[in-house]
Amino acid sequence: MKTFLARRLLSGVVLVFVISSLTFVLMRLTGTDIARNIVGPTATTQQVAAKEAELGLDRSVVVQYWDWLTAAVRGDFGRSWFSGDTVTSSLTDKLPVTLSIVLGGLLLSAVASVLLGVAAAVRGGLLDRVVQLLAIIGFAVPSFLVALVLALFVAVEWGWLPATGYTPFAVSPSAWFESITLPSISLAVGAVAATAQQVRGAMVDVLRKDYIRTLRSRGLSRRSLLLKHALRNAAPPALTVLGLQFVGLVGGAVVVEKVFGLTGIGSAANSAASSGDSPLLMGVVVVMVTLVVVVNLLLDVAQGWLNPKVRVG
Amino acid sequence: MTLPMPDPAAATAGQPVAIAVPRRDRTLRRLLKDPTAVVCLSVLTLIALASAAAPLLTSYDPSASDLADALASPGGSHPLGADGVGRDVLSRLLYGGRTSLLGTALATAIAIAIGVPAGLVAGYLRGWFDGLADWVSNLVMSIPAIILLLVVLATVGQSTYLAMAVFGVLMSPGVFRLVRGSVNAVREELYVDAARVSGLSDTRIVRRHVLPVVQAPVIIQAAQLFGIGILIQAGLEFLGLGSTAEASWGSMLNDAFGNIYTKPLLLLWPGVAIAVTVAAAGLLANALTDVLVGGRAAKPRRHRKAATAAVAGATGTGTPADGTTETAEAADITEAAEAADTAGAALRTGEPVGDELLVVRDLRIAYGGSAVVDGVSLAVRRGEVLGLVGESGSGKSQTAFAVLGLLPPEAHATVGALSFGGTELSASGAEAAGDGMLGRRIAYVPQEPMSNLDPSFRIGTQLSEPMRRHLGLSRAEARKKVLALLDRVGIADPARVYAAYPHQVSGGMAQRVLIAAAVSCDPDLLIADEPTTALDVTVQAEVLDLMRSLQKERDMGMILVTHDFGVVADICDRVAVMQTGRIVESAPAAELFADPRHPYTRMLLASTLEDSEPRRPLTATAASEGVDA
Repeated sequence: MKTFLARRLLSGVVLVFVISSLTFVLMRLTGTDIARNIVGPTATTQQVAAKEAELGLDRSVVVQYWDWLTAAVRGDFGRSWFSGDTVTSSLTDKLPVTLSIVLGGLLLSAVASVLLGVAAAVRGGLLDRVVQLLAIIGFAVPSFLVALVLALFVAVEWGWLPATGYTPFAVSPSAWFESITLPSISLAVGAVAATAQQVRGAMVDVLRKDYIRTLRSRGLSRRSLLLKHALRNAAPPALTVLGLQFVGLVGGAVVVEKVFGLTGIGSAANSAASSGDSPLLMGVVVVMVTLVVVVNLLLDVAQGWLNPKVRVG
Repeated sequence: MTLPMPDPAAATAGQPVAIAVPRRDRTLRRLLKDPTAVVCLSVLTLIALASAAAPLLTSYDPSASDLADALASPGGSHPLGADGVGRDVLSRLLYGGRTSLLGTALATAIAIAIGVPAGLVAGYLRGWFDGLADWVSNLVMSIPAIILLLVVLATVGQSTYLAMAVFGVLMSPGVFRLVRGSVNAVREELYVDAARVSGLSDTRIVRRHVLPVVQAPVIIQAAQLFGIGILIQAGLEFLGLGSTAEASWGSMLNDAFGNIYTKPLLLLWPGVAIAVTVAAAGLLANALTDVLVGGRAAKPRRHRKAATAAVAGATGTGTPADGTTETAEAADITEAAEAADTAGAALRTGEPVGDELLVVRDLRIAYGGSAVVDGVSLAVRRGEVLGLVGESGSGKSQTAFAVLGLLPPEAHATVGALSFGGTELSASGAEAAGDGMLGRRIAYVPQEPMSNLDPSFRIGTQLSEPMRRHLGLSRAEARKKVLALLDRVGIADPARVYAAYPHQVSGGMAQRVLIAAAVSCDPDLLIADEPTTALDVTVQAEVLDLMRSLQKERDMGMILVTHDFGVVADICDRVAVMQTGRIVESAPAAELFADPRHPYTRMLLASTLEDSEPRRPLTATAASEGVDA
């Protein structure tokens, strides 16, 4: 178990390294004149050259990369080329927004998938059809369209929840909850569609197992049979799917933050990419990939805990 | 990124060889018989044709804006209205279809062009390439696609097609894994081995034997990837990335988002276009799975007993009816002798009077109209061991499960009378009788020890749960009793086994655990379904001894389902012989062995005695050999 987790951790670190390096190289390959963009079209050639020297763009790519990497390892991602703020401080401000909606979406996906999947597997019939239909709809409708529709009706038409903006938890827990509800639901829809199907399939398989019949022969309660024994054995494949879905959830944040006017990591990614703000974009990429790695590592731990063969084996 | 459809890898990896490799025309014909597939294909074709014929269907230029028409309502010169800057919505929808479909087709093609060859090489040749490709695909699958696409678009400028090409690369690991999995499975097949041994070249083997297996799952995944591609492209364009010069469904949504307060209707058209296209692709993938992989009707892992039953039913006449069907012709050996024999058998048993524990009268079980148990009656007294003997498919296990109430849901059971300890039970058996019956007074010992323990819970937990429920014991009391019970069934180190998981104990030990579980609440009747069949010969005798001593010690009634007359001779007081769903002979064990009356019993005995020759004590064999010599 420990070596397994150590290996996963190592490959996670490698992933962060590879993706950030790739991003760095891509950003430096760009033909656009960053320094010219920053100082503006009216600036003189000398001013542009001065800016290039200030940003270190006149040095070789390898040297620039080495500088970035050695600083990044210490937690220093430099300053945004446009705002001048340190990347670390501006991302620290934005991280709670994205974490709230992404983890909220993950939690919601997990709970809704288990409820729907178990109900569909056990009840069958009409409910099963409805869940299958929801899965198709959840697959076919992009998360930002769900977000748009929710924003339009729940927030604008009916005024039940705020359409835009984010309230920090420290300011008001209830307002925080209201502000992340719609974005979390929007993000969760696709993940629920996929994971509920997986839970359903795994439950149907497990309920056919010999040991379930034997447990039944001991006169256990239906609740214990379904929620303790069957669900426990059906959970591992569902967790694997949930882990893959989380990657999509983090990506979806970019679009959903735009719809709900949230200034999180996702909207920072969008603006940094379109303006060519390399340090900020590098920071965003590192944070997002790290988030994926950490959540998947936690799911691996849960996986190992669920599977005694890994835990004690 | 996301793959929210039933994973084709999961659907096929289990048995890729079972995928039929039908001729193309036959596949097509079967596909055209599936209504879902026909609808999906028609919808996708229609969308593609409409996009291709855009110039014929509308006279508007999709990017020509007329501010006077801004946010015009549907009707008049603009059938679907006009957007925020006065561009015709219908023409943007039609031309936008081109961008979306072409971009997505590109991404799908690239994902397959990379994934299939890489998967073939990795799966067939393995070695270092396999390791490397697996590592890279793991890496790529953990990248949030949209982030990398943002970076790429920021670098090389706003090109939708380039973005979709990169997306194709990001999707290729999914194809790679699917292909590699299928190849890995087919590689182990005997016919591939045979081809290799007979000296066929690798390329030839791949073309003849491997490619056909890979084909179906790849087609299914292509349909799914197509749906996902439409989604991701719309997402990018919604963010304002991609080419702004060309109309697209995503950029229409972006425009609609800008006018969401004034003209929310603008969301509808591109939203519907996207949802319909993606749903059609996803449903087509499902329909293709049904057609190419053999459909969901034939679930790969069917209920084992149900399958046996179905086979048994198929060998009977199986007249479709209400479950009280006669399968008379099936008693093929001597039908004429049967009535007389059964009557004689009933006489010989001296039908237990008064102290029956379990009485079953006229039990019938059918699966979809074919009877597998056809009018079985039996009785077990307290302290009596009844052997239920017959070949596999004779309905003996089904009879046992019917009494327990653990038949699969697709079974249809009726019973003339079913009573246990004076309580009348319904045709749904003991489970339906509520708390305090199943697990408390009637218990069950299964056949296969390892598959009958829950792999996720410690053995101690599994043993104490029913005790705490039925006997109301505390955790500590239950633990004490479980440890004593484990000791009683002959487990040397009860504390270790108590804390162990099922995968940590041997098969023989697991069967002792299951027996301990069955007797834990002191039942009156034990139903054992071939309890020794899955065990080593040496362990078999020990487990049988244990069951007999527990039965005597607790004065339990017992039904022992078996095909082995050796087991019957060892332990049973009375025997009922079953053939094709009926009891053909029933007698006290000693009488049955001395004087088998029904030809089927004689045949079974004859074949069993040959088999059980080596079971004779060594001295006896030696003695008889000595006499012969």
